[in-house]
Order: sequence, then C-alpha cells, then structure tokens
Amino acid sequence: MTTTENPAATDTRTITLRVNGREITRTVSTRTTLADFLRDDLDLVSVHLGCEHGVCGCCTVLLDGQSVRSCLMLAVQARGHEVETVESLSADQTNLHPIQEAFAEEHALQCGFCTPAMVLRCKEIIADGRTRTDEEVRREISGILCRCTGYQNIVNAVQNASRRCASTGQEA
Amino acid sequence: MKPPRFLYCDPDTLDAAVALKAQHGFDALMLAGGQSLMPMLNMRLASPGVLIDINGITDLQRVVRTDDVLEIGAGVRQSAIESDEQVHAAVPLLARAVPHIGHVENRHRGTVGGSIAHADGAAELPCIAVTLDAVIVVRGASGEREIPAKDFFQGFLSNACAPDELVVAVRFPVTPAAAGTGFVEVARREGDFALAAAAVQAELDEQGRISRIAVGLAGVAATPVRATAVEDRLTGAAADPDTVAAAAQLAADVVTTGDDLHATAAYRKHLATTVVMRAVLAAVADAEQRTQNGSAS
Ligand code: FES
Ligand code: FES
Repeated sequence: MTTTENPAATDTRTITLRVNGREITRTVSTRTTLADFLRDDLDLVSVHLGCEHGVCGCCTVLLDGQSVRSCLMLAVQARGHEVETVESLSADQTNLHPIQEAFAEEHALQCGFCTPAMVLRCKEIIADGRTRTDEEVRREISGILCRCTGYQNIVNAVQNASRRCASTGQEA
Repeated sequence: MKPPRFLYCDPDTLDAAVALKAQHGFDALMLAGGQSLMPMLNMRLASPGVLIDINGITDLQRVVRTDDVLEIGAGVRQSAIESDEQVHAAVPLLARAVPHIGHVENRHRGTVGGSIAHADGAAELPCIAVTLDAVIVVRGASGEREIPAKDFFQGFLSNACAPDELVVAVRFPVTPAAAGTGFVEVARREGDFALAAAAVQAELDEQGRISRIAVGLAGVAATPVRATAVEDRLTGAAADPDTVAAAAQLAADVVTTGDDLHATAAYRKHLATTVVMRAVLAAVADAEQRTQNGSAS
C-alpha cells in the first residue's frame, strides 16, 4: 500500500459501501454506529437493537459474509465493505428464501425480535454444507439471545434450512 | 446508549498511528476490534476526544513464525487465529483458548492486540500471554520496546503502555513438540466471561514425572496470574490424579476477587482449584499422548 496523507480527525465522513448488493454513498457522523446507520439512514429496520452494548446479538448483520454485532461497529468502519441484512433474502413476502420458509415451518419465532439475527446467522452457519448435531447448532447460535426462549424450534429451523439448501443445491 | 462525540481518524501506517497517539496522548483511544471499547463508548464509560482506528494498518495484521517465536500482529482478528493451522501447531494453547473468547460474532471483529491492551483479568488472551511468558511489543514516539507479559498487566484494565504507546504485536514462544496443554474455563453461559479459567502447559520426563509446568489463571484477580505455588509443588512430581488434586488446592491462594454479582469469593476459590486440577490433568494426558506419538514415529 502506498503511504497516503492521513485524513484529518473529523466528526463526519463520506463513506461508500455495498449494502444488500447495492453501492451506497452517504455522509455520516463518525459516532454513528453501523446499526443506527442501517436503521435510520437506510431504513433497514430488520436490524434490531436490544442492548446496544454487545450482549444480545439482535443487531447481527453479515459483514463480508461474517456475522458481526452492528452496535459494536461504527458506520464509518464499514466503508469499502459489503453489508448484508435480512432484507436481502427475499424481494417479497410470497417468495421467501428457503431459510425463511424453514423458520416459518418450524415456528421458530414468537415475537420475532431475534429472528433477523438468527436467520442471518443461520445463513452463515449452513453455508459450508456440513451436517451438525443439535448441540453444535446450539453452540453456533449462542451469541444471539431469544427473549422468547424458543430455542428448540430455532435449532430445528437451522437443521431444516440446512436440509433444504443441501437438497435444492441452493446457495444459502 | 450511543457513543459520545469524538474526532475520528484512520491512519493507514503504524508511523502515522504512533504520531497521532503522541499528539493526543491520553485524550486519544485506539479502536481495534471494538468489542470492549464500543460498549464502553455506548455506555459513556469512555469519552475520548480522538478515536484512532487502526483496522486499516496492514502492518499490524501479520502472523510470522520463526523457529522459536510466533509473532502475532496486534490487528490480527481472533477468528483468524482460531482457524489458522500454523498458529495451532506453534502454540496449541492458543487454539484451545481462543474459542472461549466471547461469541463468534465478537471474534470476527475482536483482535489479539485489542484484547491484550484491554488487559481484562478475566480474558483468555492475557491469561495465555502470562502463562507462556509471552512478550508484548509496544511502540511509541521514542521507538519500540518489549514488555514481558508478567509486567504488562498492571491492574484492573491497566497496562504498562505510556500515553503515547500502542501495542503492535505479541510474541509467543513456540511450544516444544512434546509439551502438553490444557485449557479449562467455567462461565455461567456459553460466551460469558470466565468465572475462573486455567491454562496449563506441561512437559514430562522419561519416568512420566512433570519436568516443567506453567499454570495461569483468569477471572480470579485484577490481572491474569500464575499459580506459582502449584507449579513449584508439581515440578518433579508424579503426574497422578491424587498428586495433581492436592497441588491444585494451592491455587485457591491466588484468588483475590471478592464476592461479586457473579460468584462469591469462596465459590471462585473452589472453581480455581477445580479448573487448575482439570487443566493440569488434560495437559498431562496431552503430553503423554504426544510422547507416545513421538516415540512411535
Ligand atoms: S444490540 Fe447489538 S448486541 Fe445487543
Ligand atoms: S422470538 Fe422473541 S426474541 Fe426470539
């Protein structure tokens, strides 16, 4: 990398990133978290804020395909990266993604607050096509709290989604 | 629950980061993975005038192995260590401990240097650094210095960096091929901070007695600590369960954390002896297996 002049310390910054496949350029306050940027500036309100300090996992998004807590990142840090929220999975409600169908079929949500995070984490987990025990799935989703505590059905949904994506060959 | 206002900068060279830190001193905080600093900002426990984001500095993202040292750049992500066979082979204790750091979502962002600099007495990486006598490399305006891990962690969330210094790398000694390792942690829930955790590296002599052993503990004091009394008792001792269990009792004396929300002091002492016993036995079993494999080949 060539040494460039370091930008001055500022409290706003113009950033360019990809969100759900679209390139976005916005000027943001540098103190804005990625979660607030997605919700307030881009209207992606599937990103749920439960605790805003890294405990609940409900704000999970995929950053370059990896699950991260969007309340623990600044929006400015996502510049140049690819962010995915659950809105990217299906264009309309009649044409759900197999993971969403699996969650519906297994009744894997009650209030739905943790669901976008769980669905994205599920997408990341099953991408490797590996078969997992329920115990392994539990460990893999342990970073996201479901306040309705319906974990058994969420585990079932992850297993169901994994089977669907394996049998259709659809990329998760 | 939003960060306070601050000035943000993102130097792309180490020199520029050092210059910025020298310029702003205590008023500036380094932003690495953000898994501890961001909660502190959101809760307004920290309100720096300047935030220096070091995620763009590629010089900090290297892992370099020589014959006897594994140097991990401060900016290397914990999840990268978790999946790096070279790291597992060189320092097996890291492979055992890293999966215990927070949750996978934290490890995708969290860095090695960030966890070391944050200096949490309950955290895994500081504990491993102390157990293995790692060296923390820091750099400031007047150059680089190497600080032994035992001197780096100075108290509750306090490290030995001067206001103009930042952590640039951690040097772990490469583990001898025949040494066994064990890491045992007790937490309330998966991903929670350790109520107590023990890291052990042990070597055996020809008679199967313990010839060298290092025992580190997390979660039981303001800093990670070595259970030196346990090490002394076990050095030269037989590695049988009764001897190990008796020696592990001495670990209770290093527990200085009092009653808190998560556990009473008495329970922590109990846990400390239990995790030490289990980690020593695991390390001994691992060493026995390695010796067998080694002599068989
Ligand atoms: S809102 Fe981000 S972890 Fe709870
Ligand atoms: S469905 Fe209500 S929080 Fe999980």
